[in-house]
Parts: sequence; C-alpha cells; structure tokens
Amino acid sequence: MRLTVNGLERELSAPPLETLLNALRDELGITSPKAGCQQGGCGACTVLVDGEPRRSCLTPVVAVDGAAVTTVEALGEPGKLSPVQAAFYEQYGLQCGYCTPGFVLATTALLERNPSPSRDEILQELRGHMCRCTGYVKIVAAVEAAARGEVSDAARHAGATGPSREEPEVLVPGSPA
Amino acid sequence: MPDIKLGRRRPQRTLYLGRAGLDQVARTDGSYRIGAATPVAVLVDEAPEPLATFAARVGDREIRGQATIGGNLCAPPAETVSRGDLQAPLLALDARVRSVGVGGERTDSIDDFLEAGSDGRLVLELLVDEPRRAAAAAVGRPHAHGFTILAIAAAETASGIRVAVAGAGPRAVRAPSVEQALAAGASPGEAAQKALDDIDPQDDAVASAHYRRQVLPAVVTRALDNLS
Repeated sequence: MRLTVNGLERELSAPPLETLLNALRDELGITSPKAGCQQGGCGACTVLVDGEPRRSCLTPVVAVDGAAVTTVEALGEPGKLSPVQAAFYEQYGLQCGYCTPGFVLATTALLERNPSPSRDEILQELRGHMCRCTGYVKIVAAVEAAARGEVSDAARHAGATGPSREEPEVLVPGSPA
Repeated sequence: MPDIKLGRRRPQRTLYLGRAGLDQVARTDGSYRIGAATPVAVLVDEAPEPLATFAARVGDREIRGQATIGGNLCAPPAETVSRGDLQAPLLALDARVRSVGVGGERTDSIDDFLEAGSDGRLVLELLVDEPRRAAAAAVGRPHAHGFTILAIAAAETASGIRVAVAGAGPRAVRAPSVEQALAAGASPGEAAQKALDDIDPQDDAVASAHYRRQVLPAVVTRALDNLS
C-alpha cells in the first residue's frame, strides 16, 4: 500500500483492513490523530484525505491506496503555526488538546471550501467533533477569527521559545532557591 | 469497520468496491440511476427529494463523505438504535434495486428488497424517478450525532402518494393505511391518525415506544402538510 503522508511518499505494510488511524499511529508514528470513540462519533481521529476531512478510524488503509493524507504535523510547527492553529491558540480554543487536531483539520478544510462561513455553517460543519473541555464557545470564536484573518503575528510565532525540553532543575527542600 | 477492528467480525474474504465505478449518479430527464457506492454527501446535492433531505441528516460531514447509499440501504438493525434512514425516502420514491447474487442480476422493488433482506446479494444501483411532490419531517435526538426518533418520507409518484417511516422499528416501513386514506380524500391530519394502524413503534436507546406512539401522527401530519 503506497500513499503520501504529509508530503512524503510512504509504504505501509499494514493489512488492507487495518484502519488508517492505527497505521498512522502505530506504523508511521504520527500520533496527532487520536483514538477516541473509534466508531466515527467523536471526530478526534479526523485527517484530510485528498483535502477532505475523513474519519481515520473508519477508513481501511485499502481505501487510501494512492491518496494524499494530511495531519496537523504538516500544517505548522512551534513558532510557525498555521493561521487556524494560531487562531485556536490565541482564542483559547482548546484546553486538554485531545480533540484539537481533528478540529484544526476540519476547520482548515472548511475554510478552504468556504472562506467566510456563517456561525450556523460553522456549527453544522463541525458538529461531528466533540470537545469535553471548552464548551465550544471559544472553538467557534477561533474558527471565526481564522476566517476573518484576525490572527496576530505573536500567535503565529507561538511556541518558538519554549517550553524547554531540558530536564527541570530539582529543588531540594530546605536549600536556598 | 468498528466491528472488524474490535474483532466482532472476522471476514474471511473482503471485496473492496471503492473503485468499482459504482459511485456515480446519472440523471436522464426525470430518472436517476444512483450507484450503490455513491457517498451520502453526493446525494445531498444530486438526489431527488425527499432523499436529499434525508441524506443531509445522516451523521456529519465526514461521515456523509464516506458513507454510501448502498451501505445505508443494507444496514442491519443495531442492538440499541435503528439504522438505515435512507430506506424511508427510497420506499417513498418507489425505488428499484438492481443487485447481483445467486441466480445472477435482478431488479427488485424496494419493498421486495427490504422484505427479503440483502443477505448474500451485492447492490449495484438504485433507480428512482423524480416525484411530482415530495416532503420530509423528522424528530431527532441531539447527541454526538443526531439520532432519529422518527423520520417520515412522503412522495407522490406515478403510483400515487407513498408514505414511509424510519425509526419506528428495525427497518423503515410504509404506512399503507395513511396512503389509502389520502387516496380516499382524507386531510393530512385525518390520514396521519391511521399511521398507528400500520406501525407499532419500538422501544430503543433513543426513545420509548410510548413516546413514538404519541408523536407519530403529528410528524406524519407535518410531512403531509409539507407535501401539499
């Protein structure tokens, strides 16, 4: 099975009925698609297949032979966020982050189809995505901000300076800080 | 797919039909040939009413993009909720089902096909004609996906007005008493009362049989009002 993942040609050894979700996570080590409900109801596993949002947990790899798959890893990186990622960051459109890759990809595809969706259209198009933290208000605000291009440069560059991946300093009780 | 992944279903052999050329909608004058693998999302834009309205209610954008009309038509009843909402508009539209299996190719009326069940047959395409009038009405239960409590499809075809109900039982069924009352000149409200003569709704995880009995005539009335 050959497919393009985030711009790179990849060969999968997974059997044809393995899910795209498992192939991405276990075989290719791409862990942004989440194994949430694993029956198509939560949206956390959403990836783009040839630009269209798809549930990777319901997609057998045989169905994406020759296709181009995009995950959030290809949208941006710390310090160089995509406009949609930056809008989610700036509007606090996430808390724990588990649903965020699915929301960001679905929003990216939505704005590609419809650059200025109404609030109702946003709710309709993203209704397959569950978030158990935010209450959705700030997610919708993030989508609206991204659609209007109201994303600051600071947000685009978020993550450039940290958090540090080095070992934190160990403080010993009683010793001067 | 979830059943396969969870090991509940272990197919010995699987035929992938995604590239078999069964995903086209062809329209000639008022007649449609809808390939069995046509995504539900395509029906929203290209199918006649009330099929398009029902298609728009299925799942969400991502699900509609990969779910197919053939899969929905042949969906086996689930343990906890009804499935196969598109059966109702196909019944209302007096669709014909072309399938292949033991004995070769065959075209059945949608009524016969649903009665016999799809076991062992591969659906190739659905044939429907543009109805003179069509309407839909539904009561859903908001959840991760909107589950159908009851959904009514009505259409005036060459053989008269046909009314079908999804959500009341394991598969969609017609309401012949309602159809006969309409043909005899009853008003939508009067005809809709007859729905309970044909349909004994089920209890499931989405709604009780009692609730469905209470609202069924009202939803049928709404669909028939929309028809006129």
